[in-house]
Amino acid sequence: MKKVVMGNHALSYGAMLARAQVIAAYPITPQTEVVGFLSELCADKLLDAKFIKVESEHSAMAASIGASAVGARTFTATSAQGLALMHEMLHWAVGARTPVVLGNINRAMGPPWTIWTDQNDSLSQRDTGLIQYYCESNQEVLDTVIQAFKVSENERVLLPAMIVLDAFVLSHTSEVVDMPDQELVDKYLPRRKATYRVDPKDPHSFGNLTGPDRYYELRYKIERSMREAEGLIKEADEEFDKLFGRKYGLIETHQIEDAETILVASATVAGTARTVVDELRAKGEKIGLVRVRVFRPFPFQEIRKAIENAHRVMVIDRNISFGHSGIFYQEVKAAMYNQPRRPPIFGYIAGLGGRDVTPETIAEIIEDAGKRDRSEEDIIWIGLKP
Amino acid sequence: MKLTIPEQELMQSGHLACQGCGATLAMRYALKALGQNTVLSIPACCWSVIDGPFPYSSLKVPIFHTAFETAASAASGMEAGLEMMGDKDTQVVAWAGDGGTFDIGIQALSGAAERNDNIMYICYDNEAYMNTGIQRSSATPRLSWTTTTPENHPKETPKKDMVGIMAAHRIPYVATCSVAYPEDMVKKVKKAKDTQGCKFIHVFAPCPTGWRSAPETCVKLARLAVQTKVFPLYEIFNGVDYKINVKPAKPKPVTEYVKLQGRFRHLTEADIKQIQRTVDWEWERLLKMAEGCEETEEKKGKKKKK
Ligand SMILES: Cc1ncc(C[n+]2csc(CCOP(=O)(O)OP(=O)(O)O)c2C)c(N)n1
Ligand code: SF4
Ligand SMILES: [Mg+2]
Repeated sequence: MKKVVMGNHALSYGAMLARAQVIAAYPITPQTEVVGFLSELCADKLLDAKFIKVESEHSAMAASIGASAVGARTFTATSAQGLALMHEMLHWAVGARTPVVLGNINRAMGPPWTIWTDQNDSLSQRDTGLIQYYCESNQEVLDTVIQAFKVSENERVLLPAMIVLDAFVLSHTSEVVDMPDQELVDKYLPRRKATYRVDPKDPHSFGNLTGPDRYYELRYKIERSMREAEGLIKEADEEFDKLFGRKYGLIETHQIEDAETILVASATVAGTARTVVDELRAKGEKIGLVRVRVFRPFPFQEIRKAIENAHRVMVIDRNISFGHSGIFYQEVKAAMYNQPRRPPIFGYIAGLGGRDVTPETIAEIIEDAGKRDRSEEDIIWIGLKP
Repeated sequence: MKLTIPEQELMQSGHLACQGCGATLAMRYALKALGQNTVLSIPACCWSVIDGPFPYSSLKVPIFHTAFETAASAASGMEAGLEMMGDKDTQVVAWAGDGGTFDIGIQALSGAAERNDNIMYICYDNEAYMNTGIQRSSATPRLSWTTTTPENHPKETPKKDMVGIMAAHRIPYVATCSVAYPEDMVKKVKKAKDTQGCKFIHVFAPCPTGWRSAPETCVKLARLAVQTKVFPLYEIFNGVDYKINVKPAKPKPVTEYVKLQGRFRHLTEADIKQIQRTVDWEWERLLKMAEGCEETEEKKGKKKKK
């Protein structure tokens, strides 16, 4: 069945089809339609879940962790300031190995007050241990919620997963979405069966004091699970493809086979970049695109393979690590450093705080990089006003 | 011998508390009333250490250790999760210190109380942040010494009326308990367990380490706190209906209580008189609140679940 839905509703339908059992969330623009719509779905019994209307995002994540710790399938959603407020509990969810799926609408951080998109909120959570997916379409948002539960709850993973979508550009844009059939979703994603859960019939203490003699190995295990997640994300994606006829990959490549120039982008910016690539291809230019869908675990191998033969690579970042550079740029560059073939990589910052990234912006980036032999600057700003 | 509290021990030896720790007594008595079908959410506090290091635990009920300000919210999540998984019998208990309750966790607690989530919140009150080395909390009494309220500048403001704050949420059950009155405490925790909705229990739990008192005086101090009216034992039903459980016939002077504790060593006679006046005033106020409140079946603990 096809439906025209906004990104926020796609996210909510994903939680509904995944049969989330506990939802704990707090409203923030531009995520509010998620809490409103899920409240309605619960009230109308279209979703049999307990929705805890918490008093803050910090409590939203704490309650989600509690619900997941007893074995329930758990969903939450937030944005920007809300995600920042959750920060402590994101670490907690990872350390406690409590799977939770979190929808984050990418919104720039204040001050000054802003509600428009950029990626600094989610990328600031880079080192917490969350699995991170960046989506390009509403269909992908919905499908990824279902996939993410499968990966996050897998007992070789047991890590929370964040699904990221751009504020307004996706959250409030209506697109046609193919609603997966509930029966098929149930087949793909059966009820969660938690082996390790807080259970009075089998009492254990979770998360108690741990000295240097054991903590180190616990961290090693989280990293090992993250690496396992890489393969499991692909598996979950392929299985999804078999049932629903759609797959997305860790990264998505477009026209890269013989490409001399490759753009690397994420989220909706990648969609815009794709149209520019197609136009230039029509004119005979050897250009391609890599869209990074999964940011954590970082798909080292796939990215290396995709760009190693290019002559120049331009990474577009709708985010910035102050005092350093764009975050995707840093990561792509770092992935190549020890490789025998290393194309020059250029880092562009664009679209912060919801500034439009148009085909012209992308064309400007391509033109600018065309004039450079080596990347001498760590940051190249595009469209900076005087 | 006829036992007045349940024999079952869900707390074992080998825990890591200091000698004479009131917080351990509080847990032991609470679990006697709660029974096996209990899960605990414990935030940062002395109890996150007392439990014992990984992979050990001194309790025979599961504990989910959670962040400092999340005792209530994690408990709400566990309760919702259990309910969705078809378990409607397990009592989820948030077990937190005064810092985790009066200060950093008050927002999450207020949220859970306002939603009337079906959890029991037990605050063991040792009147300071003990885990981090005796810093003042908003439960620290006026004029008390702590490492952040040194003797030449002791705490100036009174202890926060947490029970009043919880009653103002109009939750079904609020009670104060003391480790010196185990029968009273067990009765109240059982009553709370039989009450649907959010329950708040405030347990007075002396801390010899932080109070600079002798370990063997733990129970004595807890009893003196009640006998001097410093810490009255009472219940509040539905936020408005009061019942005072212990009315000392001949209240003892606060000096007897204060003199046994190093944290009050610097007090002058005038200070102690001032404390006595405040205690008397608060007691009169409590009596007035309880005036006209009738003894009902609910108060006798006859209320059944749902
Ligand atoms: C967010 C955060 N801030 C500070 C701390 C440090 N901390 C741990 S326990 C504690 C005090 C606990 O006091 P209380 O709740 O009264 O329990 P007690 O230690 O007295 O048993 C503090 C400040 C922390 N763990 N988390
Ligand atoms: S510091 Fe106080 S509360 Fe903490 S374990 Fe020691 S006696 Fe108990
Ligand atoms: Mg304390």
